[in-house]
Amino acid sequence: MIQHPGILALLVASGIVSLLLAAAGWQGFRILLGWDLRSGSEVQLDLERRTYLVSTLVANALLIQILSLFLFIFTAEGLHNQFVGAMCAAGSLAVNAYGYPTLLMKVATCLLAGVWLVLHRADTQGYDYPLIRPKYLLLLVLVPLVLTETWLQLSYLTGLKADVMTSCCGSLFGQGRQGFAAELAGLPLWLMQPVFWGTFAALLAAGFLLLRFRRGAGLFAGLSLAYLFVAVAALISFFCLYIYELPTHHCPFCLLKREYGWVGYPLYATLLGGAIAGLGVGALGLFRNRESLAAVLPTLQARLAWSALVLAALFTLIVGLWMILSPLRL
Amino acid sequence: MRPPLQRYRNILDFALSSLLRRKGRNLALISVYTLVVFVIASLVFFVQALKHEAHELLVQAPDMVVQRMVAGRHDPVPLAQVEAIRSIRGVDEVQPRLWGYYYDPVFGGNLTVLATEDAALAPDAIWIGEGVARSMRVKEGDLIPLRGYDGQSTLFSIQKVLPETSELVSSDLVLMAPKDVRALFHFPEGLATDLAIQAGNPRELPTIAAKIVELYPDSRPILKSEILRTYEAVFDWRGGLMVVVLGSAVLSFIIFAWDKATGLSAEERKEIGVLKSLGWESADVLLLKFWEGTVISVTAFLTGVLLAYAHVFFFSASLFEHALKGWSVLFPHFRLSPALDGYQLTVLFFLTVLPYTAATLVPSWRAATVDPDAAMRS
Repeated sequence: MIQHPGILALLVASGIVSLLLAAAGWQGFRILLGWDLRSGSEVQLDLERRTYLVSTLVANALLIQILSLFLFIFTAEGLHNQFVGAMCAAGSLAVNAYGYPTLLMKVATCLLAGVWLVLHRADTQGYDYPLIRPKYLLLLVLVPLVLTETWLQLSYLTGLKADVMTSCCGSLFGQGRQGFAAELAGLPLWLMQPVFWGTFAALLAAGFLLLRFRRGAGLFAGLSLAYLFVAVAALISFFCLYIYELPTHHCPFCLLKREYGWVGYPLYATLLGGAIAGLGVGALGLFRNRESLAAVLPTLQARLAWSALVLAALFTLIVGLWMILSPLRL
Repeated sequence: MRPPLQRYRNILDFALSSLLRRKGRNLALISVYTLVVFVIASLVFFVQALKHEAHELLVQAPDMVVQRMVAGRHDPVPLAQVEAIRSIRGVDEVQPRLWGYYYDPVFGGNLTVLATEDAALAPDAIWIGEGVARSMRVKEGDLIPLRGYDGQSTLFSIQKVLPETSELVSSDLVLMAPKDVRALFHFPEGLATDLAIQAGNPRELPTIAAKIVELYPDSRPILKSEILRTYEAVFDWRGGLMVVVLGSAVLSFIIFAWDKATGLSAEERKEIGVLKSLGWESADVLLLKFWEGTVISVTAFLTGVLLAYAHVFFFSASLFEHALKGWSVLFPHFRLSPALDGYQLTVLFFLTVLPYTAATLVPSWRAATVDPDAAMRS
């Protein structure tokens, strides 16, 4: 392992997140087992109090998790010159088999934790804890995922040894190479361009349907998730070329560098935030028949849908503007 | 102002006034917190500044240095190799370098003696670095004796003391004519210490290095990127090591913070009880506790960072420079140039604020969910 302050910070963060979520999961488990709203017993009152503890723990863990996602990428970026052949985070992450799984796992846990917070928000609006069971079941799904992520990250970081020969991002995301990341780069412009704009249009249409006629929450959530994947694929396939002004450089990480105005941060933040809001709309849609939520759910859903749409539009605006203003023409 | 914002403002207001009411206790907490941030921040900044300095220095270094190895040891390179290497495609320039170390028994330090072809250097004269001048207590125009390989001393006149701006590189440097270097060390003609190579395209360096090894299997090419990587790894390792050592300090601070947050005074319990009977909800009290924690963290973090900045960049990190910089008789005096970015601050935040926040979560929940009647009765 490399004794880098950033690596230590990541280990501290994932240790804390695991601890917080494990504690929250244990409390959630107790709440699931013993919950009986009609009872006025001491136990039930104690459990009701513990719901505050769980939400505080998860909210803090989520915040740390999102920050550590960016810290992880930034640390990988900073470490690249300790590995021969690695030119940015893409190379550092490929140093051992745990790099990319850790990254994907971090993104997945961020999305799920975001959805959890949306459910929690709705739950506190109803007078009778209407979502208590689904919420804590989701938490019990989230906890093992975060623990796995912690383990993956630990394996990745302890497995880092300076000077291991790795592929640089130029070859990893270059044309004519096998592998998942390389396939993304290989997705041709004529395919990705219509797919991206099509998905964006479909998302807007679904948003209109939802906001106007209060229908299709599931569709909207699905399209939000699809938009996240398609947007990342499109970013690697052609948007980043305009940003780098280089027709061969398909790297999703160099966007986070100073040279490109840190444009990667707003791009990934809007994508992540939009996906969380969109998935939240769908998750809430599952519970629209709960009586105590009937009054607040549509407002909450509308607000989330608006956020998802605005964030998606913001992403599209940034990459679109870059595409128009870039001197590169494909 | 919108009502939710007003609510946050009111709660923040209340948090500030409640912190001020317990001045002594909170000041103690903030000063310990600041100290922890200060120590770790100094470390992180110092390591970053050293890395930055190494980068700046190595910008001027040759792209590649070729040494010759004999029995696993560094040996002089025959000048005949210069032409052969120059003819490799992609090589711009090959410069044979002649240098060595001279141990001075009088003040017990090593000098780096380097040959220079500079026409401004007068015969029998040398240029010396600031560090050499300081240790030997000499100035321009003085004569200094250097003991040759055969024990005979030769007098050299000091023509110039190299300016302080380049001190990190030139502190222990002595520049002299190639013939003087050969005479001083009895260095055979037709050999050089190593070869410095410049290439047009740095991406071709690995290929060039491979070709050189193919041509002369006993040579060892060292790339600038390898030197940089090694420096980076060494500085990171030293910094990381110190952070691990300081981990115990952070841990004891966490225990301290936990203890402070858990031990609610009777007065505080009563206060929360009154708030809750006035209609505050547990969520509001949690928010209040959150703001209190934020105010404390932000104050301590900013103060610690500012102090560390002054410590590292104005006072050259005098508290632990020896542990991190290394040690030598002729060590250059230099002031680090500030090199800070958001990443360092984020790392620092992760190492200090996160543990504190995590440690105070459960105690604040306990405080927030206290029963109003029980609290007021106690």
